[in-house]
Amino acid sequence: MAKFNLKINRKAYQVDVDPSTPMLWVLREHLKLVGTKYGCGVAQCGACTIHVNGEAVRSCITFVSEVGNKEITTIEGLSEDGDHPVQKAWLEHDVAQCGYCQPGQIMTAVALLKKNPHPTDSEIEEAMSGNICRCGTYTRIKKAIHTAIDSK
Amino acid sequence: MLGFNWLASYDSIAGEVPQIPKEWFKINAFLKIGENGIVTIMATNPEFGQGVTTSMPMVVAEELDVDWQKVIVEHAPFNTDLFTRQFAGGSQAIRSGWQGLRMAGATARQMLKEAAARAWNVPVTEITTKSGILYHKNSGKQAGFGEMASAATKIPVPKEVEMKAPKDFSIVGTSRKNVEGKNIVTGEPMFGFDIDREGMLIAMVAFPRAFGMKLKSFDDSAARAMPGIKDIFSFKSYKDDYQRNMFDASAFTDLVAIVGNSTWEVMNAKEALKVEWEPISDTTINVAGFGGGSRTVVIPAGLESTADHHAKMKEAAAKPGRELRRDGNPEEAFKNAAKVIEQTYTAPYLAHFMMEPINFFAHVTDDQVVVAGPTQAPEFVERTISARLGIPVEKIDVQMTRMGGGFGRRAYNHYATEAAVISQKVKAPVKLVYTREDTTRFGVFRPTYYVTYRAALDKNNNLIAFHAKAGGIPESPLEANRFPAGAVDNYLAEVWSIDSNITIGAFRAPRSNFMGAVEQSFLDEVAEAAGKDPIEFRLELLKRAKEKPVGERNDYDASRYAGVLELVREKSGWGKESSKKNRGVAAYFCHNSYAAHVVDVEVKDGQPRVERVCSAMDCGIVVNPDAAANMVEGAVVDGIGNAMYGEMTFSKGEPEMDNFDSYRMIRYNEAPKSIDVHFVQNEIAPTGLGEPPFPPVFAALANALYKATGERYRHQPFIKNSFD
Repeated sequence: MAKFNLKINRKAYQVDVDPSTPMLWVLREHLKLVGTKYGCGVAQCGACTIHVNGEAVRSCITFVSEVGNKEITTIEGLSEDGDHPVQKAWLEHDVAQCGYCQPGQIMTAVALLKKNPHPTDSEIEEAMSGNICRCGTYTRIKKAIHTAIDSK
Repeated sequence: MLGFNWLASYDSIAGEVPQIPKEWFKINAFLKIGENGIVTIMATNPEFGQGVTTSMPMVVAEELDVDWQKVIVEHAPFNTDLFTRQFAGGSQAIRSGWQGLRMAGATARQMLKEAAARAWNVPVTEITTKSGILYHKNSGKQAGFGEMASAATKIPVPKEVEMKAPKDFSIVGTSRKNVEGKNIVTGEPMFGFDIDREGMLIAMVAFPRAFGMKLKSFDDSAARAMPGIKDIFSFKSYKDDYQRNMFDASAFTDLVAIVGNSTWEVMNAKEALKVEWEPISDTTINVAGFGGGSRTVVIPAGLESTADHHAKMKEAAAKPGRELRRDGNPEEAFKNAAKVIEQTYTAPYLAHFMMEPINFFAHVTDDQVVVAGPTQAPEFVERTISARLGIPVEKIDVQMTRMGGGFGRRAYNHYATEAAVISQKVKAPVKLVYTREDTTRFGVFRPTYYVTYRAALDKNNNLIAFHAKAGGIPESPLEANRFPAGAVDNYLAEVWSIDSNITIGAFRAPRSNFMGAVEQSFLDEVAEAAGKDPIEFRLELLKRAKEKPVGERNDYDASRYAGVLELVREKSGWGKESSKKNRGVAAYFCHNSYAAHVVDVEVKDGQPRVERVCSAMDCGIVVNPDAAANMVEGAVVDGIGNAMYGEMTFSKGEPEMDNFDSYRMIRYNEAPKSIDVHFVQNEIAPTGLGEPPFPPVFAALANALYKATGERYRHQPFIKNSFD
């Protein structure tokens, strides 16, 4: 066990955990931020996507000891009231079915648009293909991303 | 105790948050009205993305005649005394709920009218309602529902009420946003995996890696010493003499539980646990029958492999099957045919791969059981736990969480019982979690299937005989009374099956997901052999089935079947496309609804990709059109994904895929670029939608791929297209 100081959603946290603990479980079980989802544990589905210094990363393979004092953002910290343009676009298109993968989808889309505010369809494809939606809402995700692009 | 916030969000785009009333007046189990006119409507059914949390309350709101903006949706408890069929599966929620939901709203409206009539001393027949307001035209009096709610609770519940005519619907048939949309996009806790309660421990179970194996012994000395570990022990999820119900599928009932403080610690301890497994012998289990009684089922010993399955299936398919239906004289017709087309189609086992891995919470104390988590079948969770722990159902509280997908898998809730047994043993609240790999390996899979079709054409290219011989492991997928039965004079349906110890269960549109795929691919081949347009060919058969049906047990409505084909023909511009387009069509009827798709495939750098899909559905009245379209779009993507990539294989009893790196699921870049969904407009009471659009996708894709590549896709997954 070891103590780690973390900066998450603009707040400071301290956790006392095994250094090999993935951020996914630190967030979910130690800090009760459960919007970040467990889907595969091997960085294949994207349900656990968070931002580390603005980059989309898979929290299931990111050890707590790797994070240091980098800025972490989770779905809970994306906006004050669920009103980030990407979240709003998701609601406008009523994207979700079961909804389990959608926080990860949104985090990936937000990171993409931050880096590249006007991505081409093939750039969107490349960014989003790491996030699986088992319900098959991909065509709506695409529409929502285009709406978010246009809203900026 | 930390719990769930069950209060659903409001229409999060409309913005205005309703004032919470000071007092609620409960009119019936489905709804209560606040003094300020705000209405709470209960969402009664398990939600796994099919949208019933929104659509079912919409039906109540419609008949109550209230403004949807003034409705709060709240999750109902599981309660079989108050609600019927709190079950997710079979595309039945709206169909079987329709009358009851309407009655709940309509009787409440009648009681409010009655209360107003008494208050105003006027005949109730002169009272009208609109959007939550009661009116008496002659006197000019009016009052909000909230003002009459208290008095309405004292009115006797009417036995008969008038319900709205569909043409007067103002909520049903209009698109309303998912009431839980905002909770979803902000990551609110709502799934079973998110449950966190005071003093809760985490548990996992160890079970064999191979079907046909069971627990022999285990050594927990290393695992027990690891940080955060509380207990490790073996247990039986079902007792040996337990009479199972139809949803008690479980290949592994001797388990080792690892219990600790956190998921990561328990995962690590599970890795350190040393377990020895041994082969099972032929095992007899007792399974309750549908209509009472029971039967014994022998689970055969052995370590099964896909290669052996294929050999056995070929052997079984070569022998005569068990006859299910015979019309005319098929043997004679085939003998006299001008042309006979014969083809074999196959599909592998499939795993559900719902996004949220298996989990369930349980807290068992001396006098009460609380269980909570993702389940499609809460009634069966309650029954099985009651039988296992010897605690009456009255003392078992089953709480349903939103499910991160289900697709059939969460009808089989062995894991809820496992959680309860573990909680009882460790005397603490426990959340049982499965890793993704465990979720797959404990599989209750879609069976593997095989069908041989034969069709006979006369010299004028009329279909004169049709023969289907279908089987699978461990069941046949064939429904003998479905199309094209009824449309062909000479028809023969035979089935066979092979026993296995690999557990199987429902998977989105059970059995239909194979039959729709293969029948509609084969008909495409027959249409081609007959030199006919594939839509025209199907319409001719349906015309025959409508005008002069063969046999009396045909289970489809030929007019509605033709209706979706005609609609998809019109909307896709079928026949008008440039000759370069690679299009395929398919239609199917199952779960009481009709579906047709036209799929356009483009080949780029040798890789086929679905460009566009046009879908037509007839499910009667569509309650929430945009959400319904979403479900059809999802079924299209799911169908393409499973057809192209879906495959579970076995080697010596072991599943050979267990995570997204080995089991391929369709991804964003493989999905169609666009999907247009169209609904037949009618006033028929609504039928299912989650399952019916799924089966014909496989066939429309296969038929389009044929146009694109010149190759027939008869064996799933299409990326392999082989059956060795």
